[in-house]
Amino acid sequence: MKQHEEDSIEAHESHHHVVSPVVYLTIVLALLVATGLTVWASYIDLGEWHIAPGITLFWNPVVALAIAATKMILVVLFFMHVKYSTKLTQLTVGAGLFTFFILVGMTLSDYFSRAWGRW
Amino acid sequence: MSDSQVAVHGAAEAAHHEHPPYQRHHFETYAQQNDATNFAMWLFLLTEIMFFGGLFTAYLIYRNWYYPAFVEASHQLNIFWGTANTAVLITSSFTMAMGVWSAEMKKKGALVLCLVITFILGLAFLGIKTIEYKEKIDKHHVPGFHYSMQSFLNPQSDPEVYKEYHDPALPVDMARHTELYFFLYFAMTGMHALHMIIGIAILGFMIFRARAGAYTTGHVTFVENFGLYWHFVDIIWIYLFPLLYLISRH
Amino acid sequence: MSSSTIVSLPDQSTARIPKMNFISKEKGLLSWLLTGDHKRIAILYLVSITFFFFIGGALAGLIRLELLTPQSDLMATDTYNKVFTMHGIIMIFFFLVPSVPATLGNFFIPMMIGAKDLALPKINLLSWYLYLAAGALALYAMMSGGVDTGWTFTTPLSTHYLNTNVITTGIAIFIAGFSSIFTGLNFIVTIHKMRCPGMTWFRLPLFVWANYAASILMVLGTPVLAITLVLVVLERTAGIGVFDPTKGGDPLLFQHLFWFYSHPAVYIMILPGMGVISETISTFSRKRVFGYTAVAFSSVAIAVFGFFVWAHHMFIMGISNYSMLVFSLLTMLVAVPSAIKIFNWAFTLYKGSITFETPMLYTFGFMGLFTIGGLTGVFLGTSGTDIHLTETYFIVAHFHFVMVGGMLMAFLAGVHFWWPKMTGRMYPEKISQLAAIVTFIGFNFTFFPQFILGTLGMPRRYATYPPEFQVLNVFSTAGATILGVGYLLPLLYLTWSLRYGEIAGENPWQATGLEWQTQSPPLTENFPAIPIMDHEAYDYEWLDTQTQKEVTSVG
Repeated sequence: MKQHEEDSIEAHESHHHVVSPVVYLTIVLALLVATGLTVWASYIDLGEWHIAPGITLFWNPVVALAIAATKMILVVLFFMHVKYSTKLTQLTVGAGLFTFFILVGMTLSDYFSRAWGRW
Repeated sequence: MSDSQVAVHGAAEAAHHEHPPYQRHHFETYAQQNDATNFAMWLFLLTEIMFFGGLFTAYLIYRNWYYPAFVEASHQLNIFWGTANTAVLITSSFTMAMGVWSAEMKKKGALVLCLVITFILGLAFLGIKTIEYKEKIDKHHVPGFHYSMQSFLNPQSDPEVYKEYHDPALPVDMARHTELYFFLYFAMTGMHALHMIIGIAILGFMIFRARAGAYTTGHVTFVENFGLYWHFVDIIWIYLFPLLYLISRH
Repeated sequence: MSSSTIVSLPDQSTARIPKMNFISKEKGLLSWLLTGDHKRIAILYLVSITFFFFIGGALAGLIRLELLTPQSDLMATDTYNKVFTMHGIIMIFFFLVPSVPATLGNFFIPMMIGAKDLALPKINLLSWYLYLAAGALALYAMMSGGVDTGWTFTTPLSTHYLNTNVITTGIAIFIAGFSSIFTGLNFIVTIHKMRCPGMTWFRLPLFVWANYAASILMVLGTPVLAITLVLVVLERTAGIGVFDPTKGGDPLLFQHLFWFYSHPAVYIMILPGMGVISETISTFSRKRVFGYTAVAFSSVAIAVFGFFVWAHHMFIMGISNYSMLVFSLLTMLVAVPSAIKIFNWAFTLYKGSITFETPMLYTFGFMGLFTIGGLTGVFLGTSGTDIHLTETYFIVAHFHFVMVGGMLMAFLAGVHFWWPKMTGRMYPEKISQLAAIVTFIGFNFTFFPQFILGTLGMPRRYATYPPEFQVLNVFSTAGATILGVGYLLPLLYLTWSLRYGEIAGENPWQATGLEWQTQSPPLTENFPAIPIMDHEAYDYEWLDTQTQKEVTSVG
């Protein structure tokens, strides 16, 4: 009886939600459209935003990365089933992304702040 | 309390030592094994994110420092092949996901078909990559191997690309930095391709086992976990494509 | 001095090593080389890392011998560079990083959580083979010309200005990195998914928490080292320009990527040692660890914060002033969880029934020496003082205090503490206590003068030095000799004890923890039946009830 209890607890955790092919089809079409979109956007000059003297934000790379991020999120949530996964899996993905951003962000912050000169 | 209960537990265990043949002995239940191996695959993917992270960091720094060189160097990449490859890989992710679904639904024929299509799409990706790499080699754009800055010092010497983009000639300093762009191009796509090759090899093995019915009797973990790997490799490309090919095409 | 002891051994005239145990279960070389048993793999690792430790130690001996005199008379300066480089590489990657996790962690984490094995036994074995391959390659690199870049492989020296075996060593460390990743991965999966019924997170021994935190660092940090080494190899072979200023590359990028791993690496090294200390301090004060939750969470906090501070190794290298400020502040923060642990262990001692068996002697050594090492880290984390102290012997002393005075002592504490469980035999107490004291004395003589040398201005990694530094260097070398004796002794008496040591029985220390509730050496499947955890960690009252029950039921 202890075995059954454990089984049901375990079974609940990996309750194996089967994602339907319709979802997969929708997602792959969305991904292909997004790809076309990002190629199209790269041929257009989307301008910039002058935030402050010396700090300008160019929209092209922002848009490109935003589209890429959206595609990644779709793949992660649906193809990799993270939307239907345990909290642990979701936390794990989050931890990986977080550490990646620490590496990139904090390293880049050194490079950007070099231009600020001395105090 | 503990003594007697432990003894009973032991006896009960010995009584029904039945578990599916694909459940390993150190796991208590099959569900536990599934959970554990799935989690292990995710952790492995975390190591992969951080592995590529170093290359992305290098890319972001040097793109920021040498933007003109990166723009012009990226014009050397063929956007048709790049987009085609992206479409190929995204489709292969779809067929892989369908493969996992087929395994879960115990449809052996569908599973084998999906795996085979994924395999072929993977090979197609590598084939296109070979075409692209060959072009780079021919034009001496491989860092460290007789690297040539001619196309950037004198863009008109490269009529194909000049026709499309009318790039200005770069000063020698900046032209030298195109080598960094190509190093990143080869390192990132090369590392990605290496992961593709490993994935395709495992796919081959899986097709073989799938035909024998290994994954359609309720034991889908291998296919599912491989699917995670395959999707991850796709995600890497989803970022490589805009970063390397689409820096600025206007 | 009172010779009270908590050691309780079975009657030696009738005691026997249990016939059926993980060692006797299968015989033959292949049964060891192809094993999936986490305990056997732990023993394999123990033998391997001991081997590398003594090679690293011999190299240390050479360093100290050279530094007896101000001139470079024992060896050429180039050779000296190779010696300290290999000493660092072997000690860090082939001893300290795998020390507690791959030996004690491998052996005891499954037992402590009530599991039969780790989640991925084959990956565990693979991890050991990768370690051996890496070690063999590193030794080959050492013997076929060596590396002289320093263990930190700083560019552009390592990529452009040396023609030593940088590539071979880089590949060796790459492989060793994957060995480490697989161990960490295995631990995380096991601890999450294979705890026995009733074993909630907050009933886990703190040893498990510490190894869990270290494993997170292994999994997330080591891959960055891997890609960094790949880039160095590519730079050397193809001249791609990523770290080459003449091609627009930045040598500092290497350092960012390298230290992104190598700072968490120091926490990978120390956290498992801290886990050992939690166990020994509790057992030898007969008291639950004060502030269990704080100690558990501080392990995780060290792991998380450890990722935010790496540029404190780069203060003088050309990072921006703003980076210096930010990283210096964050370094102050990361010291806090470590301090919390020291406070909690100290409070564990308060009103405990303290006895001074060998593991406890090493534990006290750890408490004092790690604290000193950690406090000197504060001087180094402060960017203002770091500018003067960095690249001097102050740094050398700092990290040897935390790694040797801290980690190595913790490792020895753990080996002695769990020796009876792993082998079924006790080591000889008197000589082991002597060795612990000798080690402590030798250590202080060796490394304390180095703090002074550092503040006086003696640079590190130099074979020659101004004559006014000689006295302190001689002191240091004398201490190193004593230290060497202190480390040789355990090798001898622990080996001796395998044959002649007293039979230990199930629980010679009367410790809590599931691993002590089963035979020594354990069965292959660890427990006759899966245990059910029904009490808190470090529950000495529960242990008393257990012992009482045993006594009454025999009659």
